[in-house]
Amino acid sequence: MNTSIDNSEQAGGARERELILSVQNGQQELFYELVRPYERRVYAAAMAILRNEQDAEDAAQEAMLKAFANIRQFRAEARFSTWLIQITVNESLMRRRRERTVVMERMDDRREGEESEYTPRDFADWREIPSEALERKEVRERLAAALGTLDRKYREVFVMRDMEHLNIQETAEALGITVASVKTRLLRARLMLRDLLAAGWEQGWFSRLPFEKGSKPW
Amino acid sequence: MVDEKTVNCEHVWRKISDYLEGEVDAALRASMEQHFSTCKRCASVLAGTRNVIQLYGDERMMEVPAGYSQRLENWLDQQLKEPRLKSASGKMPAWMPSAREPRWSSWSAWLMPVAAMALFVGALAIVDQLTFHEPPKSKLAEPGHNIPPDMLVVVSGGSKLFHVAGCSFIHDKATERTITAKEAIQDGYTPCPRCMRKYLTTGVIGALDEDEANPGGAEEASTTRR
Repeated sequence: MNTSIDNSEQAGGARERELILSVQNGQQELFYELVRPYERRVYAAAMAILRNEQDAEDAAQEAMLKAFANIRQFRAEARFSTWLIQITVNESLMRRRRERTVVMERMDDRREGEESEYTPRDFADWREIPSEALERKEVRERLAAALGTLDRKYREVFVMRDMEHLNIQETAEALGITVASVKTRLLRARLMLRDLLAAGWEQGWFSRLPFEKGSKPW
Repeated sequence: MVDEKTVNCEHVWRKISDYLEGEVDAALRASMEQHFSTCKRCASVLAGTRNVIQLYGDERMMEVPAGYSQRLENWLDQQLKEPRLKSASGKMPAWMPSAREPRWSSWSAWLMPVAAMALFVGALAIVDQLTFHEPPKSKLAEPGHNIPPDMLVVVSGGSKLFHVAGCSFIHDKATERTITAKEAIQDGYTPCPRCMRKYLTTGVIGALDEDEANPGGAEEASTTRR
């Protein structure tokens, strides 16, 4: 069964390479078809950095255009999705730098290194939230809200690694930080989110959801 | 290197992310697995962290605003039709220097922005000369010049003032941060007129240097004046 997945991925990859070559050779009308599979990821990356729907959408559009303008510089060794996300991150970081949030940012960074180790909260058991729960808008909103409470530096790393699925090295490059920082921040982000979700359980965030039926020992 | 007995909970928490990334060596992996099988708390941390990764990694978490896709398509369609992105051959935008086929036209493509930039910078310099020359300020007119640069002060989001810790006029206490007065001033904050008042009652210029040497001096000075 694994092979079938591999095959379909390969087929997708071959089509993608074809599209890239065509666009590089001037068939610009194929560009949207090339980027369409990644449009949501591009938006999410911009949103992680800019935290505002309108700004994120503007940045996503501009990033797509930059990708188009630079498509000839794309080398086949790289993953197209990663390349596209990196352009988006650059565009978004540039936009944020232009904003007047610079003062707060610098203070954020200053606190770096003063980090004490994070101790995960003690919950007797983890109550699994199944993927099906994501069908529900309120669950998705709860998760997004929990992510929104993380400090910028943790949130960005988490989004790039665990949502955009860049690898550690690519995350470091995209955000302009070291691999070691990516790892520390990622650990911290994951542990904090786990605590937030567990606390959410306790406050009944996820109660009355269908998947909870039948499980009662609390 | 790490044997079972030395893997305690703190160690496991520090490594849990690497463990999930598959970035721990076989020995550590084995001892962590041993630990998870006996420690309920760490097993719960592992399960939760795994669940977090699985949930957030789901495509469904990528929400986009209504109509985003359509707007993007229309916008690209419209932008890609614009002449600035089309070169004669339809291959490269004319304003991008091409690595493959260097031609003299890439020269002219360079020249225009450079000339434009030179004009712009020149114009800025002239405007600057004409308008933005304020008379030099007295040191006394600078906000907070009396405040010891190393003094720890509190700033917070939503306000451009900095305060003594505990000042009741701090807005939005949730975003409080402590930095030195020097940094606060560099970042464009000005002293709170309430809690920093004693540093603002600018009296004699001579008091300035004494104050810096002895932060308590200002306090005394203002008391005496009263």
